[in-house]
Amino acid sequence: MVCESWKAKLDTYLDGEVAEDEMRTFDAHARGCASCSADALARVQMKRAIQVAGKRFTPSAEFRQRIQRRVAAKPRRSFRMGWMLAAAAAIILAVGTLTSNYLGIRSGNEASSRDHAYSEIADLHVETLASASPVDVVSTDRHTVKPWFQGKIPFAFNLPELQNSPFSLLGGRMTYLDQTPGAHLIYDLRKHHISVFVFQERSLSPTLAASLNANSPSPKQLPFNLETWSQGGLRYFVIGDVSVADIDSLARLLKSAS
Amino acid sequence: MFYYVDVSGANLQTDSFEELAMPLFDQLYNFAQWLTQNREEAEDLVQETYAKALKGFSSFQLGTNFRAWMYRILRNTFLTSRTGLKATMTVPLDSEEDGPELAIEPDTPETLLFERSNREQLQSAIDELPVYSREVLLLCEVEEMSYQEISEALSIPIGTVMSRLSRARRALRTRLRPMMRETGAGAIE
Repeated sequence: MVCESWKAKLDTYLDGEVAEDEMRTFDAHARGCASCSADALARVQMKRAIQVAGKRFTPSAEFRQRIQRRVAAKPRRSFRMGWMLAAAAAIILAVGTLTSNYLGIRSGNEASSRDHAYSEIADLHVETLASASPVDVVSTDRHTVKPWFQGKIPFAFNLPELQNSPFSLLGGRMTYLDQTPGAHLIYDLRKHHISVFVFQERSLSPTLAASLNANSPSPKQLPFNLETWSQGGLRYFVIGDVSVADIDSLARLLKSAS
Repeated sequence: MFYYVDVSGANLQTDSFEELAMPLFDQLYNFAQWLTQNREEAEDLVQETYAKALKGFSSFQLGTNFRAWMYRILRNTFLTSRTGLKATMTVPLDSEEDGPELAIEPDTPETLLFERSNREQLQSAIDELPVYSREVLLLCEVEEMSYQEISEALSIPIGTVMSRLSRARRALRTRLRPMMRETGAGAIE
């Protein structure tokens, strides 16, 4: 009876799928049982024979090359497409900024400090996306990215856990706004890149900080959606070509981590 | 773009779909031809699998098993193909009432097979298995996937993996027995 119960799960045992203590018990049993050890040997032989016989078909070199070409070409093309879109966005932004400046001069109004900051943030975002190496620390792990900034910027910040969110962290780099060093993080959402900027609020010029506290909606002339807030003495900007809801969703994650 | 993914249990950092998917090419092709039993159809199946995987790569869940994900795409593509539909229509629905596993006999096909090393006979016996039995057997024995990984690749519960595997092995032994008799090995029974 003992042997029968073992033999019923002999395959599962040989597949390495029974608990460790059960494995040890069976090993001990098989050492003293000729019948079970013979069955185990036979089934191991069968497993080996199937493994050898199962490696039966080999793809042709021509077919391999065809697939290799396809998978090699597409990501690069889409990657280039991403930079082309970023470049196009940069041109739109430049034209938009020039037009806005022109109209501003014409109407005799100076661009507000806040709009200037938004424009700077948009420039930093586009400039980074158009760069061949958009991030200096390349990692999806917040525990790698966050320490990388230590000693490079005069403050620390927390990054959110993204496991159950649609966002993924691609990496980070140092950046400057208003002659102030800060952190620039890049997140991915369905192939769209979103920039998150973090600066020390007190390092920004009082005029700029005050204008950002005015809490007005993001400027309409930007080809991106943008959200900014101050929390724990840090100024955050989230900018990208995704929907307002997506920007807000990432902003909420950042707020909850801070 | 960089991703951390779990490929067969190992964490790798890689910069493209190509680097993840191409090392699986030979084994996916082998599996595809086992399923389709035809070279041209296997090539079409693999090609479509790579096209779908590439397109859906952004939806791949980081930290999950990339190999199981690729096999799942291939297998789902096969099941919706003409050959796949035909193959599965001839297969009875899963039944968990297979009865207890019988104790193995001393004059087993396994022993005879090993002695005679008749690979072709074994291959044709695997060929004759219903597709649901064939795929689970190949993933376990050839690809050395764990039950969990097979469960992910085939989108079936682990219990079903075990029952299909058990049925496949039993069917294989039953099919091999008359083959061995024909070659004279059955005389010892």
